[in-house]
Amino acid sequence: MGTEMTGADIVVQALTELGVEVVFGYPGGAVLPIYDALFQQNRIRHILVRHEQAAVHAAEGYARASGKVGVVLVTSGPGATNAVTGITDALMDSIPLVVLTGQVPTHLIGTDAFQECDTVGITRHCSKHNYLVKETAKLGPVLHEAFYIARSGRPGPVVIDIPKDVQIMKARYAKPGTIAHKTYKPQVKGDLAAIEAAVDMLAAAERPILYTGGGIINSGPVATQLLRELAKATGAPVTSTLMGLGTMPDDHPQFLGMLGMHGSYEANMAMNQCDLMVCLGARFDDRVTGRLDAFSPTSRKIHVDIDRSSFNKTVRVDLAIQGDVGSVMEDMLKVWRARGHRAADQKAWWEQIKGWRARNSFGFEQKGEALLPQKAIQRLYEMTKAKKPIISTEVGQHQMWAAQHFGFHDPNKWLTSGGLGTMGYGLPAAIGAQLAFPGALVIDIAGEASIQMNIQELGTATQYRLPVKVFIINNEYMGMVRQWQELNHGGRYSESYSDSLPDFVMLAQAYGWKGITIEGPDDLDAGIQAMLDHPGPVMVDCRVAKLANCFPMIPSGAAHTDMILSAADERGEADDDAKALV
Amino acid sequence: MKHLPSERHTLSILVDNEAGVLARIVGLFSARGYNIESLTVADVSDDHAVSRITVVTSGPPPVIEQILAQLDRLVPVHRVIDLTAYGPHVEREMALVKVAGVGDKRVEALRLADIFRARPVDTSTASFVFEVSGSTEKVNQFITLMREVGLVEVARTGVVAIARGAEAV
Repeated sequence: MGTEMTGADIVVQALTELGVEVVFGYPGGAVLPIYDALFQQNRIRHILVRHEQAAVHAAEGYARASGKVGVVLVTSGPGATNAVTGITDALMDSIPLVVLTGQVPTHLIGTDAFQECDTVGITRHCSKHNYLVKETAKLGPVLHEAFYIARSGRPGPVVIDIPKDVQIMKARYAKPGTIAHKTYKPQVKGDLAAIEAAVDMLAAAERPILYTGGGIINSGPVATQLLRELAKATGAPVTSTLMGLGTMPDDHPQFLGMLGMHGSYEANMAMNQCDLMVCLGARFDDRVTGRLDAFSPTSRKIHVDIDRSSFNKTVRVDLAIQGDVGSVMEDMLKVWRARGHRAADQKAWWEQIKGWRARNSFGFEQKGEALLPQKAIQRLYEMTKAKKPIISTEVGQHQMWAAQHFGFHDPNKWLTSGGLGTMGYGLPAAIGAQLAFPGALVIDIAGEASIQMNIQELGTATQYRLPVKVFIINNEYMGMVRQWQELNHGGRYSESYSDSLPDFVMLAQAYGWKGITIEGPDDLDAGIQAMLDHPGPVMVDCRVAKLANCFPMIPSGAAHTDMILSAADERGEADDDAKALV
Repeated sequence: MKHLPSERHTLSILVDNEAGVLARIVGLFSARGYNIESLTVADVSDDHAVSRITVVTSGPPPVIEQILAQLDRLVPVHRVIDLTAYGPHVEREMALVKVAGVGDKRVEALRLADIFRARPVDTSTASFVFEVSGSTEKVNQFITLMREVGLVEVARTGVVAIARGAEAV
């Protein structure tokens, strides 16, 4: 059965059959045979990054924007270890990836050979699964299985470590049929009795809330539609985690905005005061819950998740439904309709929400010379929304301001590092998204500190003529670090000033990009317009108020009801227990 | 959850007998801060495809629930059975206990071993190695008594366990 070919050819053949169009990678000694096989074909496009971490983030950006599995190819040793941050990022945010790493030949494994590292050992706990393939004949089946594992169930990164001799040796290869893994069988359909119970609870609730997350995006675009139908049918308010932004349109009257540490007042208060919480594809992350013993104390809780280990991990729930959130919502809607339920009278609930909304917790007032970062992002949104842009971010204040002030209306348009919080994510992720959608407007909203963590990728965008835009919210500080130092460490700004910054315009030009500076409120619109008018990649250095803080904020270890809405609410230094939290 | 009383649970984990599978299990326990009181592993199928790992762990009920869920989602794990929650099951461990001494102590060691149905599997004129098996408590008790008659060193297998009755769980 099958044709005899080299391991390297098997890799390329299997990737082609799996529908892979783009591979992000960086060559090196232990993957040269695969690079040679790539050279001799034209079905798969290889994107040469400048650092392996960026290859993984680019694949993540590609995967999040397109819904496909992102593919990475790196060499052994430093190639693999540089990829570890990206692999961990993908695990935390449930992004489907297949990462191929070269390895020293099998007879040298364990000898501390040149560029050897224990890749499967190192990535065992930061990948969904990993393989060391020691026989060429197993390469084909492992590749197909890896894609199945990466994209099914709770998606995640799968690492395949391939020794160089395995790439060179020949074996027979034939495309396998459907993958039926003997132990790995993710549950897609939810238990019907539990779904019926959930629907009855929802129909009876007086103060329900739908708490939605990235699982809905991972489930596919249909799940977003189903969420909107479920919201319509039940009349319940909806809030979203950072990862789930876009599943509800930002301006939908039932949408309360993002919840959590920097979420809206109304979202957090509604979570605190609801009588029924329906968690759909989210995981009660500590950024969301705040102080656990004060988290939504009087509500009953339903949790829909494809990963059983998410249930009762931090918050006890009354009803857990394991399954794909799209499939479960579809069944919930069927049951809801079959039972003739109508949205319950939630007038009092909505009145309460209206009161919280009136606090206008994302509000700000732009006055004076210094441009407020919130204003910069608000204008960026208003001036680009007609183009339905894809937005990536780095990590920090700018990320939270983007989540608060950029309106998202569709899934797969918001690429941000949530779980791991990886600075340096945004530029490569934007590059990956741009490759998935060459005609789209892709903007990395960055900070001046984060952008420097993978700034070498400017060259990648130049090489492949990708018109990525980088919009740097430049406050000359690692802003979120500085904000925490202000709140918790007496304003002692230890090492959080971004000293010796490059001239971003000259830097952009050096890489063949266009560079634009926005000095203040008066050049904001013109600067954004100039960025949009330029057909190629643009880096915008947008100078903003240096000491602006990101509010509202639930300080670490505080309850939803202890939200700080503005600087006026700040209450001295936190106690040691709170200081010990992240 | 931390203030709930800790419970001891015996877990039986059937896994694919492949390279690295033990590292995955043990690594999961250490990465997430779970306890391992004892651990045994051996191939248990005719075709060497499946191994059974028996882990004795302890923690409050929500932690035990998390351990089961976390183990269950590892790709090479076939099944995770909480034998403590399942009900009737047999737990055994075996120890090799080396005792050195002459005269009365030597006679007493042999007499105690007989009561515990421990067999001498090695002997010299000044020492015995006893093989003792049974519940963890019994093995502990035997070792405690041997301290008084010249205990030198101990090797223990850790717990292996299986459900009672005719059925495979």
